[in-house]
Amino acid sequence: MKARVHVTLKNGVLDPQGKAIGHSLNRLGFPEVGDVRQGKFIELELAETDKAKAKARLDEMCRKLLANTVIENYSIELVG
Amino acid sequence: MKAAVLVFPGSNREGDVAQAIELVTGRKPQMVWHCDGDFEKTDLIVVPGGFSYGDYLRCGAMAAQSPVMAEVKKRAAQGVPVLAICNGFQIVTEAGLLPGTLMRNAHLKFVCSDVHLKVETSQSLFTNRYQAGQVIRVPVAHAEGNYFADETTLKRLEDRGQIAFRYCAPDGTVDGTGNPNGSIQNIAGVFNETKTVMGLMPHPENAVEPMFGGSDGKALFEGLVEALT
Repeated sequence: MKARVHVTLKNGVLDPQGKAIGHSLNRLGFPEVGDVRQGKFIELELAETDKAKAKARLDEMCRKLLANTVIENYSIELVG
Repeated sequence: MKAAVLVFPGSNREGDVAQAIELVTGRKPQMVWHCDGDFEKTDLIVVPGGFSYGDYLRCGAMAAQSPVMAEVKKRAAQGVPVLAICNGFQIVTEAGLLPGTLMRNAHLKFVCSDVHLKVETSQSLFTNRYQAGQVIRVPVAHAEGNYFADETTLKRLEDRGQIAFRYCAPDGTVDGTGNPNGSIQNIAGVFNETKTVMGLMPHPENAVEPMFGGSDGKALFEGLVEALT
Protein backbone atom coordinates (compact mmCIF):
# COMPACT_ATOMS: atom_id res chain seq x y z
CA MET A 1 0.00 0.00 0.00
CA LYS A 2 1.14 3.49 -0.77
CA ALA A 3 0.59 6.47 1.51
CA ARG A 4 0.91 10.15 0.93
CA VAL A 5 1.55 12.52 3.78
CA HIS A 6 1.16 16.28 3.49
CA VAL A 7 2.83 18.43 6.12
CA THR A 8 1.78 22.07 6.28
CA LEU A 9 2.38 24.96 8.65
CA LYS A 10 -0.42 25.67 11.10
CA ASN A 11 -2.55 28.75 10.60
CA GLY A 12 -1.01 31.75 12.29
CA VAL A 13 2.55 30.43 11.92
CA LEU A 14 4.54 32.84 9.78
CA ASP A 15 5.68 31.28 6.49
CA PRO A 16 8.44 33.48 5.05
CA GLN A 17 9.22 30.92 2.33
CA GLY A 18 5.60 30.93 1.16
CA LYS A 19 5.69 34.72 1.13
CA ALA A 20 8.88 34.78 -0.96
CA ILE A 21 7.33 32.31 -3.43
CA GLY A 22 4.24 34.51 -3.69
CA HIS A 23 6.32 37.63 -4.35
CA SER A 24 8.32 35.85 -7.06
CA LEU A 25 5.16 34.64 -8.78
CA ASN A 26 3.73 38.19 -8.71
CA ARG A 27 6.96 39.45 -10.24
CA LEU A 28 6.90 36.76 -12.94
CA GLY A 29 3.56 37.95 -14.26
CA PHE A 30 1.10 36.13 -12.01
CA PRO A 31 -0.57 39.03 -10.22
CA GLU A 32 -3.56 36.84 -9.37
CA VAL A 33 -1.49 34.99 -6.76
CA GLY A 34 -2.35 36.07 -3.22
CA ASP A 35 -1.30 34.30 -0.04
CA VAL A 36 1.05 31.30 -0.56
CA ARG A 37 1.70 28.60 2.04
CA GLN A 38 4.31 25.93 1.32
CA GLY A 39 4.80 22.53 2.92
CA LYS A 40 6.14 19.02 2.44
CA PHE A 41 4.88 16.03 0.52
CA ILE A 42 6.12 12.59 1.58
CA GLU A 43 5.27 9.36 -0.25
CA LEU A 44 5.72 6.07 1.59
CA GLU A 45 5.51 2.38 0.55
CA LEU A 46 3.93 0.33 3.33
CA ALA A 47 4.02 -3.43 3.92
CA GLU A 48 0.48 -3.37 5.34
CA THR A 49 -2.85 -4.32 3.78
CA ASP A 50 -5.25 -3.22 6.52
CA LYS A 51 -6.19 0.43 5.93
CA ALA A 52 -7.17 1.20 9.51
CA LYS A 53 -3.94 -0.27 10.84
CA ALA A 54 -1.90 1.60 8.24
CA LYS A 55 -3.56 4.86 9.14
CA ALA A 56 -2.92 4.40 12.85
CA ARG A 57 0.75 3.60 12.18
CA LEU A 58 1.10 6.60 9.86
CA ASP A 59 -0.42 8.82 12.50
CA GLU A 60 2.26 7.63 14.92
CA MET A 61 4.99 8.23 12.28
CA CYS A 62 3.75 11.77 11.75
CA ARG A 63 3.72 12.58 15.45
CA LYS A 64 7.13 10.95 16.08
CA LEU A 65 9.10 12.20 13.10
CA LEU A 66 7.41 13.43 9.94
CA ALA A 67 5.78 16.55 11.40
CA ASN A 68 6.67 18.92 14.21
CA THR A 69 3.26 19.38 15.78
CA VAL A 70 4.37 22.59 17.52
CA ILE A 71 4.11 24.37 14.17
CA GLU A 72 2.88 21.84 11.62
CA ASN A 73 -0.32 20.01 10.70
CA TYR A 74 -0.33 16.78 8.73
CA SER A 75 -2.81 14.86 6.61
CA ILE A 76 -2.64 11.25 5.53
CA GLU A 77 -3.93 9.76 2.29
CA LEU A 78 -3.87 6.04 1.45
CA VAL A 79 -3.56 5.04 -2.18
CA GLY A 80 -4.30 1.59 -3.62
CA MET B 1 33.76 18.81 35.81
CA LYS B 2 33.49 15.89 33.40
CA ALA B 3 31.76 16.72 30.16
CA ALA B 4 30.56 14.79 27.12
CA VAL B 5 30.15 16.39 23.71
CA LEU B 6 27.85 14.60 21.27
CA VAL B 7 28.91 14.19 17.65
CA PHE B 8 26.41 13.58 14.84
CA PRO B 9 27.15 13.15 11.13
CA GLY B 10 27.22 16.80 10.07
CA SER B 11 28.11 18.35 13.45
CA ASN B 12 30.77 21.01 12.98
CA ARG B 13 31.14 22.96 16.24
CA GLU B 14 31.99 20.00 18.45
CA GLY B 15 35.70 20.89 18.31
CA ASP B 16 35.04 24.51 19.25
CA VAL B 17 32.98 23.60 22.27
CA ALA B 18 35.44 20.88 23.31
CA GLN B 19 38.20 23.48 23.20
CA ALA B 20 36.17 25.96 25.28
CA ILE B 21 35.54 23.25 27.88
CA GLU B 22 39.20 22.27 27.95
CA LEU B 23 40.14 25.92 28.38
CA VAL B 24 38.13 26.26 31.58
CA THR B 25 38.45 22.75 33.01
CA GLY B 26 41.93 21.77 31.85
CA ARG B 27 40.57 18.46 30.64
CA LYS B 28 39.32 17.22 27.31
CA PRO B 29 35.66 16.25 27.20
CA GLN B 30 34.54 12.83 26.07
CA MET B 31 33.38 12.90 22.43
CA VAL B 32 30.32 10.68 21.96
CA TRP B 33 29.26 9.39 18.53
CA HIS B 34 25.54 9.47 17.72
CA CYS B 35 25.21 5.65 17.66
CA ASP B 36 26.60 5.32 21.16
CA GLY B 37 23.67 4.91 23.50
CA ASP B 38 25.84 3.91 26.44
CA PHE B 39 28.54 6.43 27.21
CA GLU B 40 30.48 7.13 30.39
CA LYS B 41 28.64 9.09 33.10
CA THR B 42 29.44 12.80 33.04
CA ASP B 43 28.49 15.99 34.92
CA LEU B 44 27.46 17.78 31.73
CA ILE B 45 26.26 16.81 28.26
CA VAL B 46 26.77 19.23 25.37
CA VAL B 47 24.81 19.01 22.12
CA PRO B 48 26.89 21.07 19.67
CA GLY B 49 26.13 23.08 16.57
CA GLY B 50 26.37 22.06 12.94
CA PHE B 51 24.08 20.49 10.38
CA SER B 52 23.32 17.08 11.86
CA TYR B 53 22.07 14.65 9.20
CA GLY B 54 22.28 17.46 6.66
CA ASP B 55 19.25 19.17 8.24
CA TYR B 56 17.10 16.57 6.43
CA LEU B 57 13.34 16.76 7.04
CA ARG B 58 13.71 19.54 9.67
CA CYS B 59 16.80 20.81 11.49
CA GLY B 60 17.51 18.42 14.35
CA ALA B 61 14.60 16.08 13.53
CA MET B 62 16.71 13.05 12.62
CA ALA B 63 19.33 13.58 15.32
CA ALA B 64 16.56 13.81 17.93
CA GLN B 65 15.71 10.15 17.17
CA SER B 66 19.29 8.83 17.37
CA PRO B 67 20.39 6.24 19.99
CA VAL B 68 22.54 8.79 21.82
CA MET B 69 19.58 11.16 22.23
CA ALA B 70 17.44 8.38 23.76
CA GLU B 71 20.14 8.11 26.44
CA VAL B 72 20.44 11.90 26.80
CA LYS B 73 16.67 12.09 27.42
CA LYS B 74 17.00 9.47 30.17
CA ARG B 75 19.90 11.28 31.83
CA ALA B 76 18.26 14.69 31.51
CA ALA B 77 15.23 13.24 33.29
CA GLN B 78 17.58 12.22 36.11
CA GLY B 79 18.85 15.79 36.30
CA VAL B 80 22.10 15.60 34.32
CA PRO B 81 22.63 19.12 32.88
CA VAL B 82 22.42 19.52 29.11
CA LEU B 83 23.80 22.51 27.20
CA ALA B 84 22.46 22.66 23.65
CA ILE B 85 23.93 25.16 21.20
CA CYS B 86 22.59 26.16 17.78
CA ASN B 87 21.82 22.90 15.94
CA GLY B 88 21.96 21.34 19.41
CA PHE B 89 19.10 23.65 20.46
CA GLN B 90 17.14 22.50 17.39
CA ILE B 91 17.87 18.87 18.30
CA VAL B 92 16.73 19.13 21.93
CA THR B 93 13.50 20.96 21.01
CA GLU B 94 12.79 18.22 18.46
CA ALA B 95 13.54 15.67 21.19
CA GLY B 96 11.04 17.38 23.49
CA LEU B 97 13.62 18.39 26.11
CA LEU B 98 12.83 22.08 25.62
CA PRO B 99 9.58 23.77 24.59
CA GLY B 100 9.01 25.57 21.29
CA THR B 101 10.83 25.17 18.01
CA LEU B 102 13.32 26.93 15.72
CA MET B 103 11.94 28.04 12.37
CA ARG B 104 13.50 29.47 9.22
CA ASN B 105 14.85 33.00 9.84
CA ALA B 106 12.14 35.56 9.08
CA HIS B 107 14.29 37.21 6.37
CA LEU B 108 15.18 33.79 4.90
CA LYS B 109 18.92 34.48 4.99
CA PHE B 110 21.70 32.70 6.79
CA VAL B 111 22.90 35.08 9.49
CA CYS B 112 26.54 35.04 10.57
CA SER B 113 27.50 37.94 12.83
CA ASP B 114 28.01 39.05 16.40
CA VAL B 115 24.83 39.72 18.36
CA HIS B 116 24.09 41.26 21.73
CA LEU B 117 22.24 39.24 24.31
CA LYS B 118 20.54 40.32 27.48
CA VAL B 119 21.02 37.84 30.31
CA GLU B 120 17.55 37.30 31.79
CA THR B 121 18.59 35.57 34.99
CA SER B 122 21.73 34.68 36.90
CA GLN B 123 19.81 31.98 38.79
CA SER B 124 20.93 28.92 36.84
CA LEU B 125 23.86 26.54 36.41
CA PHE B 126 24.56 28.15 33.07
CA THR B 127 24.27 31.85 33.88
CA ASN B 128 25.49 32.14 37.49
CA ARG B 129 28.61 34.05 36.42
CA TYR B 130 26.51 36.75 34.74
CA GLN B 131 24.29 39.44 36.26
CA ALA B 132 20.60 39.59 35.39
CA GLY B 133 20.21 42.37 32.82
CA GLN B 134 23.87 42.18 31.72
CA VAL B 135 24.52 42.59 27.99
CA ILE B 136 27.02 40.23 26.36
CA ARG B 137 28.30 39.94 22.80
CA VAL B 138 28.59 36.54 21.10
CA PRO B 139 28.36 35.30 17.50
CA VAL B 140 25.44 33.59 15.76
CA ALA B 141 25.59 31.49 12.59
CA HIS B 142 22.33 29.94 11.46
CA ALA B 143 19.49 29.95 8.95
CA GLU B 144 16.88 28.41 11.27
CA GLY B 145 17.07 30.28 14.54
CA ASN B 146 13.68 31.92 14.58
CA TYR B 147 12.32 30.78 17.96
CA PHE B 148 8.61 30.08 18.05
CA ALA B 149 6.23 28.85 20.73
CA ASP B 150 2.47 29.22 21.07
CA GLU B 151 1.01 31.82 23.42
CA THR B 152 0.29 29.41 26.26
CA THR B 153 3.85 28.09 26.16
CA LEU B 154 5.31 31.61 26.01
CA LYS B 155 3.30 32.70 29.01
CA ARG B 156 4.46 29.65 30.94
CA LEU B 157 8.10 30.35 29.99
CA GLU B 158 7.78 33.97 31.17
CA ASP B 159 5.95 33.10 34.39
CA ARG B 160 8.45 30.44 35.38
CA GLY B 161 11.55 32.43 34.44
CA GLN B 162 12.56 29.95 31.75
CA ILE B 163 13.92 32.52 29.31
CA ALA B 164 17.71 32.56 29.51
CA PHE B 165 18.76 35.14 26.91
CA ARG B 166 17.09 37.67 24.63
CA TYR B 167 18.57 39.38 21.57
CA CYS B 168 18.99 43.09 22.24
CA ALA B 169 20.62 46.31 21.03
CA PRO B 170 24.15 47.06 22.34
CA ASP B 171 22.60 49.21 25.09
CA GLY B 172 20.34 46.38 26.23
CA THR B 173 17.11 47.56 24.61
CA VAL B 174 15.04 44.55 23.61
CA ASP B 175 13.38 45.48 20.33
CA GLY B 176 13.40 44.58 16.65
CA THR B 177 16.76 46.19 15.92
CA GLY B 178 18.79 43.63 17.86
CA ASN B 179 16.79 40.63 16.66
CA PRO B 180 18.78 38.78 13.95
CA ASN B 181 16.20 36.18 12.94
CA GLY B 182 12.65 37.17 13.91
CA SER B 183 12.51 35.15 17.14
CA ILE B 184 9.31 35.70 19.05
CA GLN B 185 9.86 38.13 21.95
CA ASN B 186 13.54 38.22 20.95
CA ILE B 187 14.14 34.85 22.61
CA ALA B 188 17.70 33.56 22.04
CA GLY B 189 17.83 30.86 24.69
CA VAL B 190 15.49 28.97 27.05
CA PHE B 191 15.62 26.60 30.02
CA ASN B 192 13.50 23.57 30.83
CA GLU B 193 11.35 23.78 33.97
CA THR B 194 14.12 22.64 36.31
CA LYS B 195 16.71 24.84 34.57
CA THR B 196 18.97 21.83 34.05
CA VAL B 197 18.63 21.94 30.27
CA MET B 198 19.47 25.13 28.37
CA GLY B 199 19.34 25.67 24.64
CA LEU B 200 20.51 28.76 22.77
CA MET B 201 21.15 29.71 19.16
CA PRO B 202 24.26 31.90 19.71
CA HIS B 203 27.71 30.36 20.13
CA PRO B 204 29.26 31.15 23.53
CA GLU B 205 32.01 28.63 22.70
CA ASN B 206 33.19 30.94 19.93
CA ALA B 207 33.61 33.87 22.31
CA VAL B 208 36.06 32.55 24.89
CA GLU B 209 39.31 34.26 23.89
CA PRO B 210 39.80 38.02 23.31
CA MET B 211 42.14 37.20 20.42
CA PHE B 212 39.17 35.85 18.48
CA GLY B 213 36.94 38.87 18.89
CA GLY B 214 35.58 38.57 22.41
CA SER B 215 35.36 36.47 25.53
CA ASP B 216 31.85 37.12 26.83
CA GLY B 217 30.94 33.47 26.36
CA LYS B 218 33.65 32.19 28.68
CA ALA B 219 31.71 32.99 31.87
CA LEU B 220 29.04 30.51 30.80
CA PHE B 221 31.56 27.66 30.89
CA GLU B 222 33.24 28.98 34.05
CA GLY B 223 29.83 29.12 35.72
CA LEU B 224 29.19 25.49 34.79
CA VAL B 225 32.55 24.44 36.23
CA GLU B 226 31.76 26.29 39.45
CA ALA B 227 28.32 24.70 39.71
CA LEU B 228 29.30 21.17 38.68
CA THR B 229 32.71 20.58 40.27
